[in-house]
Formats: sequence, structure tokens, C-alpha cells
Amino acid sequence: MGNLFNILKKSFRYTLPVLFGYIPLGFAFGILLASKGYGPEWAFFMSVIIFSGTGQYLIVSFLAAGASIPHVILMTFLLHFRYFFYGLSMIDKYHKIGKSKWYMIFGLTDETYAILSTETPPKDISRGAFYTAVTFMNHCYWIIGSTLGAIVGNILPFNTKGIEFVMTALFAVLVVEQWKAHKNHIPALIGFVIPIISLVILGSEHFLIPALLAVSVILMCMRPIFEKEERL
Amino acid sequence: MSNFATSMGIVLAMAAVTAFTRYAPFIFFGRGKEPAKWIKYLGKLLPPALMSVLIIYCISSVDFIGGSHGIPEIICIAIAMALHAWKGNVLLSIGVSTVLYMVLVQTIFV
Repeated sequence: MGNLFNILKKSFRYTLPVLFGYIPLGFAFGILLASKGYGPEWAFFMSVIIFSGTGQYLIVSFLAAGASIPHVILMTFLLHFRYFFYGLSMIDKYHKIGKSKWYMIFGLTDETYAILSTETPPKDISRGAFYTAVTFMNHCYWIIGSTLGAIVGNILPFNTKGIEFVMTALFAVLVVEQWKAHKNHIPALIGFVIPIISLVILGSEHFLIPALLAVSVILMCMRPIFEKEERL
Repeated sequence: MSNFATSMGIVLAMAAVTAFTRYAPFIFFGRGKEPAKWIKYLGKLLPPALMSVLIIYCISSVDFIGGSHGIPEIICIAIAMALHAWKGNVLLSIGVSTVLYMVLVQTIFV
């Protein structure tokens, strides 16, 4: 146990930025979820088995609307397509570090990936133990933040009207981050224009899936141009 | 709020697909095995396009013709983006724009 405590203690400082991010973001998710009538046990359960900020913000709108399972599956797949590439770049790092690898893969969020792909473990701790500790602590922050948010959201009778904007704000932030990370802004612009056209034609109930498919097809059609120009 | 079975179905579906996207590279691609080029291509270009789609999704049920004409949404999205482009602090961008939105829809655009 002394050893385990030592590992957690030494890995802790690497997780500080995530602690300050996950507690408030999780808390806001919990309040949002509570505003739709769900208790803290739902927030806890979701944070344990899904463990994804973007996914869990999105799921609140699915729960509120009673979305169909195929809709949930398609949206989640597209939204979390990026995790596939995080994993791909971690294959070498996670090689031969034992069974805990399967937990680390489960917990590979944007923020955990950012730490594990850039930081090297402290000298006296093995890579496997360090990766596990960081993943586990991040998971705990997310669970604690979201469960607390749902508890507070359920007992405090403050006016939460408008809290759902937190999801819009999250995606607004992600648009800016993607904009900064890519030189080629055409995909981002296609992503704006196509759903607006789809929304005007099909209305808010049915626009999303056709828009997603159209965006994917257009991107695939533009592949010869983008790969030739090497503007990736 | 959906009933228990619907809610559980949605949560489990999202959990399963999320886990799949995380485990797939380790199951289908070992060391040295690379996925097809078109998958890598989509992996680079889909995320920026998708974030834009999702922001439209977030405001898709806003009534731009009647009601408040989407004014609070547009103001607060612009503020979140401007703050983030300027400071790059996730919590600041989300916190300020969400609180302002709540104030706007609870007081001015009721």
C-alpha cells in the first residue's frame, strides 16, 4: 500500500491541470443532467462507464429527446472517431506494460491523452504504474465533479434556465481549438455550411444525419485535392 | 427525461461505442500494422468539420424567426469563441459565456 500511495503521490502533480478542468466541467455536466430530471446516481454511472466530456454533454440532449439507439450509435461513433487515432499513437507506448493497459485504453480521454503522450514518468516509477495512476486519478476527478454537480443541481432550487448553453459553449471552444490546430480551414467551413443548408431544408428534427453523411462524402471527394496540396 | 429503459439504452449504447472507438486500434492494429490511408485522412479532417456541425446542432432548435431570434445564442457563441481565441482558457470561455447566457434568457430575453 505504501508503494501504491507513493505512485499516486508522485503522479498527482501531472494531473493538476486535469483536476482543475474536470471538476468544474464535470460539475456543469451534473447540473445540466439534473436539470433534465436525472439524479446523481445517473451522473455517477455515466461518468464511470462512458468517461467522455463531449459524449456526456451530448448525451443530455439525447436523454431529453429520447433519441433512438441507431442515432446515438452513429453520433457517438463520429464524435469519438478521434479516440481511435489517440489509441493508434499509443500502441507503442502501451506495449508490454501488463494488464492495466486495458484500463488505460478505456480511460483515454482528450486530456489523459494530452498528458500521457507528452510527459515522461518520474524516475522511480514504472511507465505502467504512472500511466495507470494518471488515468485513474483523471477518472476520479470526472466522477467526483459530475456526481457533485448532479447532487447540487437536485437539492438547490436555483433557476437553471439556460444552463444547457454549456454544451454549445463547449463546442464553440472546440471549434476554435480545431481552427488553431489546422492550417486547412475548408473542412471547418464545410461543417458550418452543409448543416445550415440541411437545417433550412429538412428542419431541426431530421437535419443532422443527412448533414453528417454529406460532410463525410464531400470530405472524401476532396481527398485528391487536399492530399495533393499537402495542406493537411 | 426519458423512462428508465430508454435512458439505460442510450447510456449503454454510448458507453459501448465509446469503448469501441478506444479499443479498436489495439484490437485491429497491433504494432507495425497501419490502417488504410483513407481512414487516416478522415481522422485528420473529420474532427474540425464535426465540431462545426455540432455547434449548428446545438442551436438547431432555436427559433430565428420568432421569439428572441437567436440573439442570446449568437451573442454568447461569439463571446465564447472570441474569449477562447484570445485567452485560450477553456473554463473562462465556457464559464463566462454560459453565465451570461443564463442571465440573458432569465432577465432580458425571457
